[in-house]
Amino acid sequence: MRTDEKILRIRDLCVDYRTDLETVHAVNGISFDLEKGETLGIVGETGAGKTTTALSILRLLPERTGKVINGSIEFMGENLLEAPEEKMRDIRGEKIAMIFQDPMTSLNPVLSVGEQIAEVLVLHAFKDKKKDEIDARTDEVLRLVGIQPERKKDYPHQFSGGMKQRVVIAMALACEPDILIADEPTTALDVTIQAQVLAMIRELKERLGTSMIMITHDLGIVAQTCDKVGVMYAGELIETGVLEDIFTGSSHHPYTTGLFGSIPNLKTKTDRLSPIGGLMPDPTNLPKGCKFSPRCPRCMDVCLSTQPKDAIQGTHTIKCHLFKDLKA
Amino acid sequence: MNENTVPLIETRNLKKYFKVKKGLLHAVDDITIKIHRGKTIGVVGESGCGKSTLGRAILRLIEPTSGDVLFDGKSIISYNKSKMREMRRNMQIIFQDPYSSIDPRKTVAEIIADFMFIHKTYKTKKEIWNKTAELMDTVGLAQRLANAYPHELDGGRRQRIGVARALSLNPQFIVCDEPVSALDVSIQAQILNLLMDLQEQYKLTYMFVTHNLSVVKHISDEIIVMYLGQCIEQAPVDELFSHPQHPYTKALLAAIPEPDISSRNKRVEIIKGELTSPVNPSPGCRFAKRCNYVFEQCTREDPPLINLGEEHYCACFLHKNESSRLG
Repeated sequence: MRTDEKILRIRDLCVDYRTDLETVHAVNGISFDLEKGETLGIVGETGAGKTTTALSILRLLPERTGKVINGSIEFMGENLLEAPEEKMRDIRGEKIAMIFQDPMTSLNPVLSVGEQIAEVLVLHAFKDKKKDEIDARTDEVLRLVGIQPERKKDYPHQFSGGMKQRVVIAMALACEPDILIADEPTTALDVTIQAQVLAMIRELKERLGTSMIMITHDLGIVAQTCDKVGVMYAGELIETGVLEDIFTGSSHHPYTTGLFGSIPNLKTKTDRLSPIGGLMPDPTNLPKGCKFSPRCPRCMDVCLSTQPKDAIQGTHTIKCHLFKDLKA
Repeated sequence: MNENTVPLIETRNLKKYFKVKKGLLHAVDDITIKIHRGKTIGVVGESGCGKSTLGRAILRLIEPTSGDVLFDGKSIISYNKSKMREMRRNMQIIFQDPYSSIDPRKTVAEIIADFMFIHKTYKTKKEIWNKTAELMDTVGLAQRLANAYPHELDGGRRQRIGVARALSLNPQFIVCDEPVSALDVSIQAQILNLLMDLQEQYKLTYMFVTHNLSVVKHISDEIIVMYLGQCIEQAPVDELFSHPQHPYTKALLAAIPEPDISSRNKRVEIIKGELTSPVNPSPGCRFAKRCNYVFEQCTREDPPLINLGEEHYCACFLHKNESSRLG
């Protein structure tokens, strides 16, 4: 399915949240490409800037506070940051769709699920179609996510959490978007339901050839669903690579190492976890130099003063002074 | 294990039914467990399976409908309010959400000292404040935070307050109700390490309630798997993870996405459907509707919890006796 066609190209994206009191540096210069049919996993902890990145792509940042201060987001060769709002409205939902974390709050409680799915269709691909064609397509997408079409007259509160998330996914896939952004799609669900939803996303993605950005804090989900991985910390992509680079590669950013050391493993028995000491830095007052330096067990003098550059080793890049470019 | 010694906590046929509009909600249905001194028992299951209710029913924070709870061999179920309050010195709880379980208008030191003032554990105020400072050191809270308010702290530090408060009365038994579920992985690991260190230091006995199987594997000696109010499988941790017997336990283990790419394209058996209603459950195995191996008997009678050997108990008609334990 993978081709070398770059569908999304982000360069040096910087996003701030500005209030009268302070400026939060949420995303600090991230760059990545998404190819057609590929799944990119973005992992990181709370406040790393994962969701802000996703919202910037769709230009859904909070109007008054969120500001993109630098960079470009190219979707099929067009810079979305300069696109007029009308054009964005065409793209959202039709070309790029998003699945939000919490299915309980992302559905409208006073519209039946059928009406909510039909809304996407009426606004986009099925603009000029007749009502029965829209109905037929609504039934089709409900069937696609494993919900009986008879339930389209039901309201969100009549569905369980897992079923609501299926409805949200049905809405996102209704127009067969080119890119699907899934922001922690299964965090609010139980494991057995999570397994059902992930299997479904994977299958639909393969069938429809959709590119996907999977935002999660769970390395297990990344290992099971993604092709490429980006690890985010304090608004930066500190390590990126294909799945093998991150999970089986020998050299890693100290933060990635810490992240893996923090999760209890199901297969091997360890007596103690080796967590990362300290906390995420305050995004209003980021450390000079490397942003991970205050917590880093391998911190050097240079880390405190100079921002590290990406060390590129084939498909694998690490933003750390410990590593040098290896042009493989 | 050592069958002769008296377990610290024991429940006998513990039941908790809630009255709801449509009938009786069977939240905890006939749970019999023993927790030995210095051990950790993990209780796992999906949301709504009654694991939190079980923890609270043992502490009598929720009054059980029937059954018995024994602490150190003595039944505490008939204790009156004041005697029960005395008992709670020995049995404490750490809650899931460090945001809603502490009083936002008290300072960190006041929150930790609160229980000691209520129980008058020390004669003078000074002794209580000294103990508070000591507790802050134990759980890794800097002394400068003593006068801070909870909203100034992050989730990990707040959870440390919850741990310090639970420890303040020198309890022997602590129910940890999803203590790390609201935390990020790196912070989660810090709190898990802290809980394990404290257990060693103070010889604590834990009941660890969680939906996260990898966490429970890490911290427990023995595991109970609950499904709709019932214990469907119980075994020592390594035995449970290496030889799960109940179809639900197997599905639960298979459903966890592992951070390991070698298992990526392994086709796992995903169970269909969702949790059925715990209100007026129909007779037979509660898991029957989702089970891939269901047969006629399953919908007719309740499967009993049978000993399969190796201290492994399972409630499933696929297993009749010891010889049916699958390797």
